Amino acid sequence: MRSLLRGLRPRLMAAFLLLTVLGAVGAAGASYATARTLLLEDAQDGFMNPLVADVREYAPRRLAVPPAQQDLDDFATYLRGSAVVLYEGMRSRNGPDPSFVPAEMREMLKTSRTTLWQRRTDLTDPYVVVGIPLLRPDGSPTGVEVWALQYLRGPQTAIDSFSTAAWVGVSLVLPLALGLALFTARGVLRPVRRLGAAARALGSGRLDTRVDERGSDELADLARTFNRAAEQLEASQAASRRFVADVSHELRTPLTAMNAVTAVLDEDADTLPPDTAVAARLVSAETRKLTRLVNDLMEISRFDEGRNLLELDDWDIGTAVRDTLAARGWSKSVEASLPEGVVARVDRRRLDVIVANLVGNALKHGGVPVRVTVRPGVVEVADHGPGISPEALPHIFDRFYKADTARSRSEGSGLGLAIAWENARLHGGTIEAANAPSGGAVFTLRLPSSP
Amino acid sequence: MDLVATVLLVEDDPSVREGLGLALRRQGHEVRAAGTGEEGVERLRESRPDIVVLDIMLPGIDGFETCRRMRAHAEVPIIMLTARGDDFDVVAGLEAGADDYVVKPVEPRVLEARIRAVLRRTVAEPSSVERHGSLVIDRAGLQVLKNDAKVALTPTELKLLLELSRTPGRVLTRQQILEAVWEHDYLGDSRLVDACVQRLRAKIEDVPSDPGHIHTVRGFGYRFGPR
Repeated sequence: MRSLLRGLRPRLMAAFLLLTVLGAVGAAGASYATARTLLLEDAQDGFMNPLVADVREYAPRRLAVPPAQQDLDDFATYLRGSAVVLYEGMRSRNGPDPSFVPAEMREMLKTSRTTLWQRRTDLTDPYVVVGIPLLRPDGSPTGVEVWALQYLRGPQTAIDSFSTAAWVGVSLVLPLALGLALFTARGVLRPVRRLGAAARALGSGRLDTRVDERGSDELADLARTFNRAAEQLEASQAASRRFVADVSHELRTPLTAMNAVTAVLDEDADTLPPDTAVAARLVSAETRKLTRLVNDLMEISRFDEGRNLLELDDWDIGTAVRDTLAARGWSKSVEASLPEGVVARVDRRRLDVIVANLVGNALKHGGVPVRVTVRPGVVEVADHGPGISPEALPHIFDRFYKADTARSRSEGSGLGLAIAWENARLHGGTIEAANAPSGGAVFTLRLPSSP
Repeated sequence: MDLVATVLLVEDDPSVREGLGLALRRQGHEVRAAGTGEEGVERLRESRPDIVVLDIMLPGIDGFETCRRMRAHAEVPIIMLTARGDDFDVVAGLEAGADDYVVKPVEPRVLEARIRAVLRRTVAEPSSVERHGSLVIDRAGLQVLKNDAKVALTPTELKLLLELSRTPGRVLTRQQILEAVWEHDYLGDSRLVDACVQRLRAKIEDVPSDPGHIHTVRGFGYRFGPR
């Protein structure tokens, strides 16, 4: 129940319903009470006032006190038989049976100087009992009492239909209120949900996420704030990526000059003094590494800027993988299961990059034997090393991520798996990293089936 | 044919010019260097090099324009040095008439391999003269005549035509063509083939947009022969 009420929508709806019920019941109740009083008083007054007036008109001048039986009868006749006149043990012969008079009222009237009335509901229909005491000119009671009874059937019917109408009204308003609550909840919740989804998207790296910011309410303000924040985030990411691209680009020209002469250094190293030879070979080797790093950085930058294009063709994947292994001299160190006839629509150069990076990574960080398997839509690279630690697994495709922190500098650029992943994504495919049950890491490239 | 050549190196950065010049000379080539596109076009006229290595990012007229101006004078093979490796640069360079390209930072070995491949492109064969409609291909004389007039082809264009026409009616994949003409491995760029076919069609076809000799086989490659 708690969890049911935790959402904004049920809470809003519950509040709306409660408010509606309270409001409707309150309003209906108040007007019911007022109307009831007014109607009953009106009916009562309509009956009582003429009666009291008739009594006041007749009694002081024409009624003898103490009265005889005939006096009581005459008085009752004057009152058109609508009331019964009592005196001590006597009663007028006409008029209603005085058994309707409650004993306690009878007792009270003995000492009362004013008219008494009581609304009663102990019969099927509500009725009013009126008792009028006859007083002497000095105000003391004469002992003569006029009693009358009036049913309030008409007013009660009106009151009943009024209360029925009130309940009908409440029950009609309730669904309306529920609908209104739903509508309002949706109006509030939809932007909130959208903002939530957008924030999640932003968090997962899709910095181009924006939300609809139409309107002028607080939610639209929030949406605008969100969009500004996303824009700034995107701009700062673009700036840092631009910076990497620019730096890599600036490094290319000097690297080209250095690269051009590494071969000269290598060739002549043997004829140089030992220290100079070591220095020359070091410079040559590091220049080549730096070149690979800059090339990889440029490649990643092109992915970031969406400038890499696919050049798709139908290729036999087994043959392609075999060529990749052969070109890098890995044919002997890698166990390959490469059936022919598995054809996929791929960018041959990018497939080579993916496979070379996965196999290169397996040879460097995994353990032999490394096994490459081609199945329809799948290229799998498995090694028999220690596998990937659970902490490293989610980050294995991150740029410059090193699973083994003891290694201060990786032999590759640290971008190989990131580039492989981007290339797979460009194809609409994926690479998954996992540990095999039997040990060792398994990288699985999945390519989308040809259209 | 001796694969030592006269190389015209057009590169604005003095260090790159010096470094690449040193590496090329080490391979036995004779190197002429130019620092701008204008100077490069000038040098081309004077020294008649066997091959041009042309940087794209140049002050003044850029590499694309330099390439077009050189093509207007000579059928010399041109290898582009693209600084960015951008697809745009590659396509624009090939359209401007480049025969091949290498991406900076250049591995001297790669550049040397490309130069040798380009230089190997035109080897005369002891073979008869073939006639294909209005087109005459002379494999021994390395000449192509269209309506009895000599067609000026670059070495790459000529080798592409010889390769395609060797097996009339057979479809050659881009990959096969790349390996045969450019001596690229499987990582070669098939856009080289497409760009060169376009240029070749412009020279030998009556209506280049409706070719009568070199037909595109969609998804596979090209086929030489009558429709």
